Formats: sequence, C-alpha cells, structure tokens
Amino acid sequence: MAPERTTQRTGAAPGPGGRLLSVLRRRESPVLGALVIVLFVASFFAENFATDRNISFLFLSIAAIALMALPMTLIIVTGEIDLSVASTLALTSATMGVLWEMGLPIQTAVVICLAVGVLLGAFNGVLVTLCGLPSLAVTIGTMALYRGLAYVLLGDRAVASYPREWVSGARDPFLGLEGLPWIAVVIAVLAVLFGVLLHATAFGRSLFDIGNNDVAARFTGVSVLWTKFGLFVASGLVASAAGVFWTLQYGTSRADTAMGLELQVVAAVLLGGVSIFGGVGTIVGVLGGVLLLGAIRNSLQLFGLTSEVLQVITGLILIASVVAPNVVAKAKERRRRRAVEKAPVTVAPAPVSTT
Amino acid sequence: MAQQAAQAPPLALVDVTKSFGSVKALRGLSLELRAGEIHALVGENGAGKSTLVKTIAGVHRPDTGQVLVDGRAAEFHAPADSQRAGVAVIYQEPTLFPDLSVAENIYVGRQPCTRFGTIDRAHMRRRTREAFARLGVEIDPDRPARGLSIADQQLIEIAKAITREARVLIMDEPTAALSGVEAERLFKVARSLRDSGAALLFISHRFDEVFSLCDRITVVRDGAFVSCDPTADLDVDTVVRRMVGRDVSDLFPKTETTPGDTLLEVEGLTRAGAFSDVSFTVRAGEIVALAGLVGAGRSEVVRAVFGVDRYDSGTVRAHGEPLAPGRVKAAMDAGMALVPEDRRQQGLVMEASIQRNATSTRRRALSRFGWLASRAERDSARHWGERLRLKFGALGDTVGTLSGGNQQKVVLAKWLSTEPRVLFVDEPTRGIDVGTKSEVHRLLSELAGEGLAIVMVSSELPEVLGMADRVLVMHEGRVTAELDRSEATEESVMYAATGQRTQEAA
Repeated sequence: MAPERTTQRTGAAPGPGGRLLSVLRRRESPVLGALVIVLFVASFFAENFATDRNISFLFLSIAAIALMALPMTLIIVTGEIDLSVASTLALTSATMGVLWEMGLPIQTAVVICLAVGVLLGAFNGVLVTLCGLPSLAVTIGTMALYRGLAYVLLGDRAVASYPREWVSGARDPFLGLEGLPWIAVVIAVLAVLFGVLLHATAFGRSLFDIGNNDVAARFTGVSVLWTKFGLFVASGLVASAAGVFWTLQYGTSRADTAMGLELQVVAAVLLGGVSIFGGVGTIVGVLGGVLLLGAIRNSLQLFGLTSEVLQVITGLILIASVVAPNVVAKAKERRRRRAVEKAPVTVAPAPVSTT
Repeated sequence: MAQQAAQAPPLALVDVTKSFGSVKALRGLSLELRAGEIHALVGENGAGKSTLVKTIAGVHRPDTGQVLVDGRAAEFHAPADSQRAGVAVIYQEPTLFPDLSVAENIYVGRQPCTRFGTIDRAHMRRRTREAFARLGVEIDPDRPARGLSIADQQLIEIAKAITREARVLIMDEPTAALSGVEAERLFKVARSLRDSGAALLFISHRFDEVFSLCDRITVVRDGAFVSCDPTADLDVDTVVRRMVGRDVSDLFPKTETTPGDTLLEVEGLTRAGAFSDVSFTVRAGEIVALAGLVGAGRSEVVRAVFGVDRYDSGTVRAHGEPLAPGRVKAAMDAGMALVPEDRRQQGLVMEASIQRNATSTRRRALSRFGWLASRAERDSARHWGERLRLKFGALGDTVGTLSGGNQQKVVLAKWLSTEPRVLFVDEPTRGIDVGTKSEVHRLLSELAGEGLAIVMVSSELPEVLGMADRVLVMHEGRVTAELDRSEATEESVMYAATGQRTQEAA
C-alpha cells in the first residue's frame, strides 16, 4: 500500500476579536446576558426593585435553590440527577421540628439534621452505584419516600415554636449591610469553592470525563462509582443544610414544605447551560440561571402578576433554555459541514511551532 | 430455482473497492456466488471480510466496481435494496427484538394484513411453522425471542430469509458462538438450502468447517482477491499460506534488546466465560505479543491484568509485588499503562479537548496544592504532542477533530506521560494509516529499547511477527502456544490461533 499521509487543517488562532467571539459563544453567555437585561429592565421599570428591602428579599427567596443547585450541577455534569433534594429538605425540616419539640438544644438538632442529610444522600448513592440503578428512577422513588417520611414525622402539624432570635437571625444582614443577607455571602463562598472544585481540580476534570464517557474515565483510573456516591452524599448534606436554613428562615417545619422545589433547582441548573446529558456546564452559568429565575419571578411579582402567570412564564423560559442550545448546535453543525465541504483539505506543513 | 444454476450467478461482485478515510478496506475485490453452491470466504482479521459482507448487505456502497444481481448491475443504497434483490445476511450475533414473539420477529416490518387492516397473526404463525419445518427445527412461533440461544436466533434469521424467499444467504462467522452440536445442525440447514438451489457465502476461521461444508474457497488478503478454487483442489496449508503470505521483514524496525528483570508475572488468571488459566511473564525491554483471532480473549486478559475488569482467580505481580485486582489506580501506581483496543470508547473522551485527554492520567501530578491550571495541562500536552509528532490545529480543539492515527497518538501521549514500566497496547495500529502505523511501531521498539516491558495485543500477523520477542497465541480463552521470535511464523501462529494441532513449523 502506498504510504498515505494524514491530512489536517490547521485551525485559525484566536485573535482579539476571536476571543470576544469565543466568550459570546459559550453556553452560559445567553443566560448571563439575559440576567443583565432583566436586572436592568426591572430596576428601570419596577420602582421597588432596586431597593435594599427587595434585593434582600430576592436573595432569601432563592437561597435554598442556589444552595442545592451547586451539588446538583456536579451531579448533572456526571450525567446523573438528584430529584430528591426538596424532599430531603422537607424531611430534614420535619426532623428538626420533632427534635426541637423533644427539647433538644437547637445546635444539637442542627448537627443531627445534617447527619440525616448525609444518610439520605448515601441511600441514593448506594442505589445508584452498588445496585446500578438509573438515578432518575432512584431519586423519583426517594423523592416520594423522603416526603412520605416527613409526613410520618409531622403529619399535618406544623412546628412553629422556634426561638425568635434564631428565626430573625436567619435573615440578618451581613456586617449590617442592608440588602445583603449573610446567607448570600455563604452561598457566594460555597459557589467559589464548588467552582474551583469543578473547574480547577483533577476531581472536577474527572466529573466531565464521567459525564462524557464513563468507560474512558474508568480506563484512566477514575473510580466512577465512588465519585458518584460522594456526589449524592454531598447533595444530601447540602439539601439538609438548606432544610435547616429554610426552617429557621420561615420559622416553621411542615411536611409539605418546599413541594416541587427540586424542579426549580434542576430548571435553574439547565437554564445555566448545564447539559442534561452530562459532560457540559459551569458554576457561573448555574448561578446566572438561579439569579435569572429569581429575578424574573421577583420583578413580575412587583408588576403585580399572579402566581399562575408566573408559573406559565417560568415554564416557557425553561423550555426555551432547553431548546435553544439544541437549535444553536444544529445550526453550528450545518455551518461546519458546509465549511468542511468547501474547504480544500491540505497537508499540514509541520507539527506545531513552539511559542 | 434449479434452472437458475445454468444462468448468470444470482450475486456477483466485480472489482469492488471501498475506502474509509485513508484506509483502503477493499481493493478491487471480485466474487461470484453460484446457485446451489456453498462458497467459503477466508482471510485474516482486517482482510476486508466484514466490509465485503456489509457491501453485499447494502450497508456500505462501493467506491468503484459493481454488484451484479443475476448478471445485471444493481445499486444497493440501503439494506432494503439488498433484501429486495433476494440477499439475506446472518450475522454472528443476530439482533432480534427480545419482547416480540418468534413469528413477529420473522415478519417484523412486513407484517401481513387481514382484510380489516389488522395484522394477520394466523398467517404469520402458519408461514413461520412452514419455514421451521423446512429447516427441520422445533421452535414455538409464539414464544418470545428473549432467552433463545444464539444458535436458535440464527435459525430464526434463516427462517426469516426463507419466508422472504432469499436466494443468496451470507453467513458471517455464524459458528463462532455455537457449540459443536449446534454448528452441525446449522450445517445441515445450510446443505439443505444449497440443495434447494440457494447460493450461500460462509465466512469462518475454522478450517475444518470450511473444508467439510464448502464447495469453493475464496481467499482474501488486505482487501484484495488472492485465489478462488474448488475445495477439492486445496489443503489447509495452502490456504493458510495464501491468507498470510507477504513480505513483512523490512516494515518493522525491530531493535534487538537484551531483556532485563521480570516486571510482570501473571499466573493462572481465569475469568469464567472469557479466559482460563492464563500465565505469562514479561521482562524489561521485551515485547510480548498476544496473538489470536478476534474473540479469543486477549483483550479481556489485558483488561483484567490492568484492573479494568475483575477476574475470578489467579494472581498478577508487578515487580514481584502482588497487585490488587480490579483497581486501575493500583495498576497505574505500579507503573502500568494500557492503550486500549477501542480508542473512541475506551481510550479517549471524544468531546474533550486534546490537552485534557493527553493529561487525563496525570492530573494530580500536574496540580499544585490541588489547583490544576490549564497552563500546566497545555505545557504537558504540547511537550508530548511534539515528541510524538502529533498533527493538530490547537490543543483546545476536541480530540474528535483529529484523524484516527493522531487520536491514537493522543492516547499514547496520555499513557507514556505517566512514564510506565509496563505498557499494554491493544491493537495499537487498528484503523490508522500506514505512515502513522510505522511511526507507532518505531516508537514501541524504541520504548522497549529503553527498558519498557511491552505487552501487545494484535490481530495483524505481520505486526506480531515483526515486533514481538515472544508470541503467546490464544484460542478460545486459553494460551495454546508460546513461541520464541525464531519459532514464530505465520503458519505456526495461525495453526495455534485456529485451534489446530500444532504441526511442524516450516
């Protein structure tokens, strides 16, 4: 056989304009752009939007979602999902109510609640990894199970006798800065930690590998099962922390609390450019998604729209966020194919020059 | 059907070529299938047999050359065209719908209808029974396909062909997964089909079957036609020689090395259904080839040693220390590396960039206080890209944009950068162009010269003979021969690989 040379077209180096273009092309760019527009429009047209009081309210309304979205991002990047987070939150809250009524000091109750979260997450993890079940099915199951257990603990009752200073403390501003509840700072710190973990560590890289091709990840020495197990535990822990905060924030424990919140968490994550098929996503995008959903709901409320209309609009945004990347990808693919057909394939002159 | 024997052959290929990228799979191949005849097609792995089958089945379209049906040129754009021309293909492992009944599987996509437009189950059942009666087998048409043996599934595919009134039957290694009794039953069916005037093409690595069943034998090599003779004029030796015969000595830049310490010892490694009692040792500076046919269990052994798969019994020792089973990380820490068989599924994350793939084995080593900077990845990837003369646009491009040969170089970079002492390479040159192929060979030779112990799984005999210091030949999960470089010839390896009694090597 005559020796045949591999042909390779050399890609164009990104120039200054190219760099801006590549930033704009990133998956999370649309959501960040939309967030800026919404914030701008809302503060311009809704007169109460850009007030300390409202901003603080906005942060508190998205706190639980933002917390749970962080581990959810990691889980979805690996191609799995955890739909039991809101039920975990509710079961934690119910546990806290029961413990408080039993007369335990609140600090002890909080520690026990976090341990419960770890257990609930570990149960999900065992079913997904050891039993090899799909996480979608597993966490739909535990979503019902954990919610059911919350009802077992509290029934239709509500526990609302939490100490005043703890309840109001949950809403305290950070260092007296009105409009900036301390939980927002906690979320920001956690987001940085999760961002570094996902984007700048060996562990984070392996999550993307698992989501894209778990077989290749396994061949490279990544323990896929342990990684997934750890993520579900982390999700349970964070969901229970969100449950503790939620309980104190509203001063009540109820079994039906945060009903359907898991869908808002997943929605925010997908809106932020994380692929439901795994392997793609950024923490920045997810924060953008959480803030965008919260800001839209908040500003529409200020405009006096009813909750039914809010529901409809949220749904439409979600569909758009899932459809848009697909449409863009298809368009890109079509353009790429046309370019390949046109471009003459040339033999690359030399390997690569060092710079 | 009988009168067709005198007419033009029901199916013929004339001077067919087919390339995939830069790899030429078929190079001017011709083949004539006559009515009332069983025709054998033999050749090494990668000789183009599968491509040929897929061309006949209408999966691939030939680049040049013609497919003739009854002497007239036909164009198969899709498998449906081929089926309409009366061609049926029985694959090694049929793909039936497990939850449909046997009869429904046979009539899938062409269910007969009653007057009212509903599916005529009675008709389906009756015709299925008739087909089974013709084949002389007893399978209940109403049972679900789930749980049927592979042999029975093949018979269902044949029954499907009969109900379609196929005149040409292609069997692609049908006996590979069958027991002796099942194979005999299949041959009986094949003979009766032949006697009723069908043309059959039988592909097999088992010479005893080929010689007892077939009327004529076509040998192919490197995608080209070698010979076609009546079985009576041939013997096993001639066929083997024609399958492998070529000049290979100068293609492989083998450097002589003196082997050093024993780095890897495998003893009595067994996994039920995959391989049993496999033992071998590899010393520093040595290239040991695992030869054999596809499915002989070679990749499975290598994967088990490296810890990707578990094994039932046996031990693996690296540098004399026992290695924990089933843990890739442990194998990597012991200085092992595996360049796997399927680079797209196992070797690379196709969606990720070149630099992320090339550094995926060393992320912790490249991190500082846990922080993994893109710059560290880029520098490492660039270093290894240069060393292996990788051709690419930008290190941030997805690895899927590279050619097959360059993708393989990324896999090599990924593992060589871990500075292994024991390197497993599984089909290191499969599907890559000739230029890169010899680069890879030169690289492996150099690495052995530097004292690496290399275990190479390869289905290409010339590669095995050209590169290896020792050859272990596997057949159906067992090591059937261990040959020194001087003893290893195409014939001796081929005999052991096909499970023939070892004869005096030439």
